[in-house]
Amino acid sequence: METNESPGARYRLWPIRRRVLVGLCAIGAVLMPIVGAFAYVGGFLSPDRLTQSRLVDGFQTVNGVHPGFRRNHAKGVCIAGRFESNGNGVALSKASVFETGTTPVIGRFAVAVGKPFIPDNETQVRSLALLFRLKNGEEWRTGLNDIPVFPARTPQDFYELLMAGAPDPATGKPDPARLQAFFAAHPESAAALALIRARPFATGFADASYNSLDAFRMVNAAGTSTPVRWSMAASDPFVPQTPIEGGSAGTNYLFDALIARIAQGPVQWRLMVTVGEAGDVTADATLPWPETRRRVDVGTLIIDHVEAEGPGNCRDVNFDPLVLPDGIEPSDDPLLSARSATYSTSFTRRAGEPKTPSEVQIPENVPAATPAKGS
Amino acid sequence: MNAHRFPAVSRLLHWLMAAMILAMLFIGIGMVASLADYHWLLSLHRPLGVAILILVAVRLVNRLIHPAPALPADMPPILRLAAHGSHVLLYALMFAVPLVGWAMLSAGGYPIVLYGALELPPILPQNDMVFAWLRTAHTALALALFATFLAHLAAALMHALVFRDGVFQSMASVGRADDAPPSPRR
Ligand code: HEM
Ligand code: HEM
Repeated sequence: METNESPGARYRLWPIRRRVLVGLCAIGAVLMPIVGAFAYVGGFLSPDRLTQSRLVDGFQTVNGVHPGFRRNHAKGVCIAGRFESNGNGVALSKASVFETGTTPVIGRFAVAVGKPFIPDNETQVRSLALLFRLKNGEEWRTGLNDIPVFPARTPQDFYELLMAGAPDPATGKPDPARLQAFFAAHPESAAALALIRARPFATGFADASYNSLDAFRMVNAAGTSTPVRWSMAASDPFVPQTPIEGGSAGTNYLFDALIARIAQGPVQWRLMVTVGEAGDVTADATLPWPETRRRVDVGTLIIDHVEAEGPGNCRDVNFDPLVLPDGIEPSDDPLLSARSATYSTSFTRRAGEPKTPSEVQIPENVPAATPAKGS
Repeated sequence: MNAHRFPAVSRLLHWLMAAMILAMLFIGIGMVASLADYHWLLSLHRPLGVAILILVAVRLVNRLIHPAPALPADMPPILRLAAHGSHVLLYALMFAVPLVGWAMLSAGGYPIVLYGALELPPILPQNDMVFAWLRTAHTALALALFATFLAHLAAALMHALVFRDGVFQSMASVGRADDAPPSPRR
């Protein structure tokens, strides 16, 4: 006991006493599991776990590292305009963006490749990313692609597909056998690819229609939750793409045409919400919903401004598909949380890197995008 | 009031925040390494982190009103310095980590959603480089908080198991203030 010790003796650690030894062991026994659990939860003990960092590394392996640019959909241009809601969406969602009225929108058109300087004619998929600024300060961010379904059901499948398409170090080109093996092992992806190939791509950005692919849930004021997918259906007449062979004509032809089109006047899309029914799978973006599903026209997107990526505009926005207003919620689609995580990692990396000007610039001789009033 | 014990409100705040902060460290480190759980964990991370920020402010005020009980008179100066220094560090980090979280989302141009349509206003203008810098700082400070927490826990257990000087009981006893812990040496 302490009674026969001098003052402060109980704090002495040396010469070592039994109590000190036992105490230190006990402390180790308490601390080690905490540190171990922390390391486990943080993935430090499982280098094979597919995390957002590894997935973004995958994009970098396939496309190279292009500092300051998005790790996917790297080549793009900023747009702005508004969404005019017709009020039809209120039955589905309580989000104020669906009340009759106008919501300001900014966005970004891009090609779905992680190479910021790739010639347009070497790309297939086009995308439209949007950010709606709701009047109560909320935001709705959504990213849409001009394909009917997504080629992978889970993030793991997506990663395998991405890596199967990575250039072979020996030849510098993807190995077709690896892609074949992937599709053989994933019949749902093969079926999705067939649907993607069956539908011709549009000539440009303005006549393309874009799909959310992932399912979400809309919740209305009464609390009814409905599975939905949404699309931006072009008002410009659809013209199927004819292949443009290399050379300088192909470099930025998609973006040049878009810039010229917006210079002529606003471009419009109808926001169509597809209403899922009992039995429609929400957790599989490779599966289309039946053509007969009700599609509600909830308003018009009007894009009347285009500008090159630069500080503070769409360049510095993370179009995270899970930035949603009250009234829109994620579904059980496993891609959604994975996309949110991966976009955050991509955004974090590129935000801290030095920036180079985007390949897509607005030429001087294009007339002002928004014609002055009265003209 | 018993001079060798923290008042009940201090003990309540201490243990409530201990549980919240430990949970937040695990939620934070777990969500950035999980594709499947990222979204729901981050949805919990923001409001819980802001609750910690509010509680630490309450706690600092409480601490100024009810100072900590005196340390045992025979405790060596070096240990006193370590105790005070680590407590100052813990308070600083409890403020800094959530504040940096809020500031970085502001600089990243994100809406700072707490629950449903309830959002916090931005506290910094949008700036990509500032975002990146603060994002790194959030990780570094959170890891520093974890390290300081571990040192704090180890020190508390040293008091309980080795020094046996009543300091552990001054925070860790649950009873009312009248069942006094072993009295410190004078
Ligand atoms: C697990 C699957 C997916 C992964 C890992 C993934 C990854 C990425 C990454 C890393 C970015 C760049 C983000 C940034 O730095 O801001 C991106 C952009 C984009 N993704 Fe995905 N993506 C996936 C699925 C999808 C799906 C299903 C869609 C549906 C339409 C989609 C649409 C888009 C769009 C539109 C953009 C461009 C956003 C912009 O212009 O800023 N992605 N994707
Ligand atoms: C005591 C409070 C907090 C603790 C202990 C904490 C801890 C953490 C930790 C450990 C990480 C992972 C860091 C990494 O490994 O990269 C993290 C990330 C993060 N935290 Fe916190 N945090 C706190 C408060 C907040 C607050 C108040 C916010 C925002 C309002 C916030 C937003 C975030 C975000 C956005 C991330 C990163 C997500 C990503 O990179 O995708 N945190 N936090």
